[in-house]
Amino acid sequence: MSTRLATGGRLLNKSRAVDFTFNGRQMRGFEGDTLASALLANDQVLVGRSFKYHRPRGIVAAGPEEPNGLVNLGTDGKFEPNQRVTTTELYDGLTAQSQNHWPSLEFDVGAINKHLSRFLPAGFYYKTFMYPRAFWKYVYEPIIRKSAGLGKAPTDRDVDTYEHFYAFCDVLVIGGGVAGLEAARTAGRSGARVLLLEQTAHWGGRAPVDGGTIDGAPVETYLADIIAELEAMENVRMRNRTMGAGVYDHGYVLGYERLRDHAPDEQGPRHRLWRIRAGHIITATGALERPLSFAGNDIPGVMLASAVRDYVVNHGVSVGDRTVVVTNNDNAYLTAIALKHAGLDVPVILDARVLPQDSELMAQAKALGVRVLMGHGISKVNGTKRVTSVDICSQAGEGAVLESVNCDAVAMSGGWSPVVHLWSHCGGKLRWDTAHACFSPDTDHAPKGADGLGFVTPAGAASGMFALDDVLHDAHAAADGVVTSLGFKLPKDSTAPVAERREDAPMAPVWLMPQGAGVKLREKAWLDYQNDVKVSDVRLAAQEGFVSVEHAKRYTTLGMATDQGKLSNINGLAVLAGTLNAEIPAVGTTTFRPPYHPISMGAIGGEARGPVFQPVRRTPMHDWHDKNGAVWEPVGQWRRPYAYARAGESTHDAVMREVTNTRHKLGLLDASTLGKIIVKGPDAGKFLDMMYTNMMSTLKPGKCRYGLMCSENGFLIDDGVVARIDDDTWLCHTTTGGADRIHGHMEEWLQTEWWDWQVHVANVTEQYAQIAVVGPNARKCLEKLGGMDVSKDALAFMEWADGTLGGFQCRVYRISFSGELSYEIAVDAGQGQAFWDALMVAGNDLGVMPYGTECLHILRAEKGFIMIGDESDGTIIPQDLGLGWAISKKKDDYLGKRAQERSHMTDPNRWKLVGLETTDGSTLPDGAYAVGEGENENGQRNMIGRVTSTYHSPTLDRGIAMGLVLNGPDRMGEVLRFPGTDGKTYEARIVDPVFYDKEGEKQNV
Amino acid sequence: MSEPVSALNNISHTGGIASISEIGPLGMITLRGDLSAGWMRKAVSAAGGVNLPEQGRSNFESDRGVAWMSPDELLLICPYDEVSDRLERVQGAFANRFALAVNVSDARAVFDVSGPAAREVVAKLAPVDLAPGEFEPGQFRRTRLAQVPAALWMLEEDRIRLVVFRSVARYVFDLLSVAAQPGSEVGHF
Repeated sequence: MSTRLATGGRLLNKSRAVDFTFNGRQMRGFEGDTLASALLANDQVLVGRSFKYHRPRGIVAAGPEEPNGLVNLGTDGKFEPNQRVTTTELYDGLTAQSQNHWPSLEFDVGAINKHLSRFLPAGFYYKTFMYPRAFWKYVYEPIIRKSAGLGKAPTDRDVDTYEHFYAFCDVLVIGGGVAGLEAARTAGRSGARVLLLEQTAHWGGRAPVDGGTIDGAPVETYLADIIAELEAMENVRMRNRTMGAGVYDHGYVLGYERLRDHAPDEQGPRHRLWRIRAGHIITATGALERPLSFAGNDIPGVMLASAVRDYVVNHGVSVGDRTVVVTNNDNAYLTAIALKHAGLDVPVILDARVLPQDSELMAQAKALGVRVLMGHGISKVNGTKRVTSVDICSQAGEGAVLESVNCDAVAMSGGWSPVVHLWSHCGGKLRWDTAHACFSPDTDHAPKGADGLGFVTPAGAASGMFALDDVLHDAHAAADGVVTSLGFKLPKDSTAPVAERREDAPMAPVWLMPQGAGVKLREKAWLDYQNDVKVSDVRLAAQEGFVSVEHAKRYTTLGMATDQGKLSNINGLAVLAGTLNAEIPAVGTTTFRPPYHPISMGAIGGEARGPVFQPVRRTPMHDWHDKNGAVWEPVGQWRRPYAYARAGESTHDAVMREVTNTRHKLGLLDASTLGKIIVKGPDAGKFLDMMYTNMMSTLKPGKCRYGLMCSENGFLIDDGVVARIDDDTWLCHTTTGGADRIHGHMEEWLQTEWWDWQVHVANVTEQYAQIAVVGPNARKCLEKLGGMDVSKDALAFMEWADGTLGGFQCRVYRISFSGELSYEIAVDAGQGQAFWDALMVAGNDLGVMPYGTECLHILRAEKGFIMIGDESDGTIIPQDLGLGWAISKKKDDYLGKRAQERSHMTDPNRWKLVGLETTDGSTLPDGAYAVGEGENENGQRNMIGRVTSTYHSPTLDRGIAMGLVLNGPDRMGEVLRFPGTDGKTYEARIVDPVFYDKEGEKQNV
Repeated sequence: MSEPVSALNNISHTGGIASISEIGPLGMITLRGDLSAGWMRKAVSAAGGVNLPEQGRSNFESDRGVAWMSPDELLLICPYDEVSDRLERVQGAFANRFALAVNVSDARAVFDVSGPAAREVVAKLAPVDLAPGEFEPGQFRRTRLAQVPAALWMLEEDRIRLVVFRSVARYVFDLLSVAAQPGSEVGHF
């Protein structure tokens, strides 16, 4: 059984016990435990079921590479699935539940799949669930979804908060092991700004577990000294619990800081996403141990040799009383030695190599009384939920059992792979290191920055250096090169510390154990634990023609689980290469993509949730609207009142009331959101003549003109009223959504095409609160306020004037989007609410009511005025809308002119704007299509038009609409049929789009 | 005229790791034109009372100053009630030359973030190197705060002033309050 040892556990604070539950069972650990070490201390080796066959699975690793130990963590608003037990620090009150089993972890119905495994080979889903097609949606997918999947989706809103932080440095060092510490110190000594990140809570990485002597002192002394030195450096910042998640172009790096995962009850954000710009990045990300592929290598109790060692040394936990070590390298002997020192039994070391003489570590192990069998391996591990024994065979053979050894744990080591993920994220290439059978960074092909030079440098084990002395030298040299390239200088006496050298025997690659294992054994030799991919699956994929590593990956799902193949990739592609009889480097690796280890969605979102999920733009009168029943409508990022509903009134009724009141009395509209752009300069008139389809240069100061803007492709992009302020100044109104876009559009043409024209533009939209005072009583209202002359003679339709009203400085435009007598009045935004209040008071006995955007829409539709975004959709030209009158024939050019002369744009069959009047007075459905005779080449009904705007008009007491119709203006009086989605077919007659006051008498009084 | 009001009536927030207060309204005039011209330098010192700032910088005499916005744009900052006078002065100095001066005081909202963690709070939202020595009083940045445009400068160590568009004042205030939440010290600067 796995248990807590009486001694050891360098990371533990044994004076502080920590209580937690696993699947409802009370357990106890210590401060300093990970959830994994605490589970093992409570003899909980079994932690989950596999994805496909629901095989019992135990903890394999001690770090982020762990494939099996995924749990549902926390409850309610702190619930999160797929949390890795090896990277979860234990805290008081932690609750964890294992995943992917039903009904329980110990007894799982889905485990029957393992007996069906010969029917579930690679590509099984693709082969089986293809036909009949309709079955996919209703039969296959629901069943697969139920049987697959890992954690549960959270049901509650996340109660935690998250944030981002922007950081800048010259040198970013990722990884706080000896290589990272040494690189950071070296870079720090040059005076460069250094940021050092470490994903765990501890500095030093593996070194304290694996031991050694640096500059004549134990590793622990070296670490204490270097940490103190770094902490004292003004120009160095150190962050633990912060993982380098991804490397992107231009030295951009995401760091993932876990602030409260280990202390969830403390105040403050749970995670912080660091958005770092670094001059250069040093990846000191270490290396990961590989499993060996032998039958039964997934049975709980089979672990990486380094993990077994970590748990003993770091957490004082023994995985088993009797541990068989199986290896192809010297490093695993450290595990046997550590176990023996902890007083545990190692019945045998099975070493797949045959060596002429013992290395230092082999001799040490033997001296401790451990039996070593060279040239041997595991034929098969026995046990179901726990290892019970191993069958020993010759590595060179086919698996004939020579001997069985009882044990409750197996420590395996297939060699080490440098963590090259961060090096590779941005295009760093790899080379095959034959001596260590691994891919390591090809420093001749680093990820390159804008200057064509590499901006990532690996250091230590991450660059393929495995001996402590090599690691230190490499880290020092890497940092030296980096700071020199950045223009910093190391002190002359800066040298790398020297570590005592240990002479290890060379490792030997072992991709299958035993090397001649037959199909029966291969079917039980797992490569990818989480996705249940075996040696036999990869071989099958290769036989079926999936010879590219990327194809084989997707066909078998190798490396596609949440661990992204940290353990399985190299073993898998070695098997693929072997099957294809190709060299491993010729087969290559799959692509490494960020993040290195999953990061939370919360961290990605940062602060953007709740009220600050998105900016909402508010006018100066926003709060008034809110207090007075505004039903809000998003318009761009603004919120505008759709209508002001009174108590007990439906929104529809409110809209009808607002229309009637505005037509007969007085309405107020908050028009502040409309864009206002100042265009000024000697060439401003010439510029506006290009921007608008009509002539703006001839507009007289004091006058207004409605204008259309088109893109250079001829399509209508915006409209609005332009006022000429003085000789060289115009003010252009844009649509609400168009203000920033049109401002940018103007700047773009001025900066890229007409850079020599003397024109300045300024977006002054938010400087003003603008209020439309609309209706027959509009003038009376303003006269009550008193001040400037707003009579017809002083201020005629389509004129503007500056003055005061009720003591407010204002600019009054006599323009109308409603067809009524109308003034749009601009005051400084800081006066907006006060001016609105004054208008409400002045209008009190004139029947004043505020009105919203839907009322605005109905008023303009009754008048046949188009709306950008309703009548236009990016494919519409002004000519389609009967707006030929607003297109100047006198101008040589304007944006869109040439495009509008293309054959498709002048095609008489383009749909044209008409009014539509239902024959029964009902309201046409929005977006409905008019159907014609016959069918098109796809067998669909031919369409001859569509509805672009449709409303119930309380003024006319009937449905009115506008639409685009084939040859529409030539078909006045014809009745079209519009099938609705409600099963009804609507009939509407083609009419003039101006339904109300065609002569314009009402607005011109 | 009634008393001009700022977007949020000078709301403030304390209790976090930095205090947030809306100030203003503040006078602001956008100037555009040839920044290398002698007449522009003269106009700036006549109306702004300070010299024309270099790229990325601002010149202030207490609460009056001029900031560099782009290769052809400056922002003149002054007490709100001095705007029309200064606007007149700058337009006079421009005479009929090709240049633009426009009042944008009401289009803006202004916030001060103060306290020892002020740099950190802003660095959670703006992609700017706010480390001491890298950003100091005298510098001026146009940048963004999370999802909206902003400009910022330091009044003194521990106090950063932010200018944003008026319509997003509430968003920015909420944003700064979240970024200053208790327990969120970064400890980086």
